[in-house]
Amino acid sequence: MLKQISVFVENKPGRLAAVTEKLNEVKTNIRAFTIAEAGDFGIIRMVVDKTQEAYEVLKKSGFTVSLTDVIAVEVEDRPGALYEIAKSLGDANVNIEYCYAFTSGKHKALIIMRVNDIEKAKAVLSKMDVLFKGSID
Amino acid sequence: MYWNPSIERMSQDDLRLIQERKLRALVRTVYDYSQFYRERFKAAGITPDDIKSLEDLSKLPFTKKSDLRDTYPFGMFAVPLSQVVRFHASSGTTGKPTVVGYTTNDINVWIESLCRGLVSCGVSNKDIVQIAYGYGLFTGGLGFHYAAEKIGAAVLPISAGNTQRQIELMRDLGSTVIACTPSYMLYLAEFAAKMGVDIASDTKLRVGIFGAEPWSEETRKRIEKKTGISAFDVYGTSELSGPLFTECLEKCGLHVWADHFLIEVVDPKTGEQLGEGEKGELVVTTLSKEALPLVRWRTGDLTYIEMEKCSCGRTHPRIMRILGRTDDMVIVRGINVFPSQVEHVLMRFPELGEHYMIILDRKEDGLDEMTVQVELSEKFKVDRISDIIELEKRVADELKSVLNVWAKVEVVNPGTLQRFEGKAKRVLDRRKI
Ligand SMILES: [Zn+2]
Repeated sequence: MLKQISVFVENKPGRLAAVTEKLNEVKTNIRAFTIAEAGDFGIIRMVVDKTQEAYEVLKKSGFTVSLTDVIAVEVEDRPGALYEIAKSLGDANVNIEYCYAFTSGKHKALIIMRVNDIEKAKAVLSKMDVLFKGSID
Repeated sequence: MYWNPSIERMSQDDLRLIQERKLRALVRTVYDYSQFYRERFKAAGITPDDIKSLEDLSKLPFTKKSDLRDTYPFGMFAVPLSQVVRFHASSGTTGKPTVVGYTTNDINVWIESLCRGLVSCGVSNKDIVQIAYGYGLFTGGLGFHYAAEKIGAAVLPISAGNTQRQIELMRDLGSTVIACTPSYMLYLAEFAAKMGVDIASDTKLRVGIFGAEPWSEETRKRIEKKTGISAFDVYGTSELSGPLFTECLEKCGLHVWADHFLIEVVDPKTGEQLGEGEKGELVVTTLSKEALPLVRWRTGDLTYIEMEKCSCGRTHPRIMRILGRTDDMVIVRGINVFPSQVEHVLMRFPELGEHYMIILDRKEDGLDEMTVQVELSEKFKVDRISDIIELEKRVADELKSVLNVWAKVEVVNPGTLQRFEGKAKRVLDRRKI
């Protein structure tokens, strides 16, 4: 299980720069990153190497920021791999609220997802042996 | 505790006798000494002999802010300037400035009223009173200053602004009472937190007396929860003298000192007198003022009156927390909207912070559009888009049901909306009419 940082940002010029500037202040590396956008505002979600430091600095700078439990799934590089995962979760009645992917030299392709039932999802994914149990640094 | 127990607990019948006697004297005086009132009374077909009892009050013509402006600077004064010892002036947010003047006795009555109020909030000579209302032409600073000194409290005359200093001195000197606008108190609390000062545990502050702008019961709860103090409402306007009336420990309305002020509530449109408990515009007749006596002064403030004796033992009538101002009111698609109503709704949501703005635009098709921008609470957890969209929708629905007009709700990051050190100006009207 991973901690993801979510930051509420108004859809105004310079907001992303403001967030990343703060992360740079504490020398934090962003490992995975996505922006969900909805009209006047967006939510930046990211997985970083120094989660607590990043959270504190953003909080102190007045951002509406929260830590969310998400799970990471290792996806093999072959056709149908993602389908199998999605189908198993669906069959177990686990709803994926959102997901995004990232790759790095160190890990296999990882998919970060937030689900409505994290325990059940972990059980399903462990059984399939795709649950990422390491840490990201 | 009472400041002036024999007056504050006087029977309502006796108070009425005082009011009647003083009203007759007032009408006689302004008729004889003020050309302005003489002309007004004549135009209304009234002579002082027509006013015998309080029932005759409604025969008298109203006076309004515009009268004070039209006769600027001294046209409504009823004493020669040699008897005036002080002026205050309002900046005139809606037009020309207005000037008010005081005789020595006027100042005494003003300060007497506020002393009664301070003591009714539990303030005593043991307190250190930090006065964060503006000093100068605005009546807030000096009014509280003299009243707090008179009851023997120690005064910290810091005036408005300079927020960091406010908090340092509050902590270092051990201020126990603060007087300022409610919006400034919220800002102070927020600023203190940023400085690492928790007002509840790191200062001795125990009482706040907040006024000069309408605020809601929910804002009171927030201030009290955030800062651990007991928050009281105060009312007064420069024309009536300055801050005059406060809540007592019961927090069930503000006692209006009936030996000096005669109050009614009228329908803001028709001017008709309304009964006890009916909401309308507060109208005040000053029974003791000399330099600038006011007969049936339209305050523009919306409230209602409670006559019943208060459980605190005071017999003087109470006005309820000001619900809004007739001139703060904005008309959106033909519907009257008061900023205080909006605030009332917003403060019910724990997900939201205290700061908001109301923005009015007129679209190309001629329809008005109201946008309410409000800061998120720092404690709110945001992760899903739907967290925000659902929140905005719930707030918009609640606003619609209270205001009867639809408003677009936009939540913004904490700390991004404008802060106010004096009276908050929360309406931005961008309509070109
Ligand atoms: Zn009372």
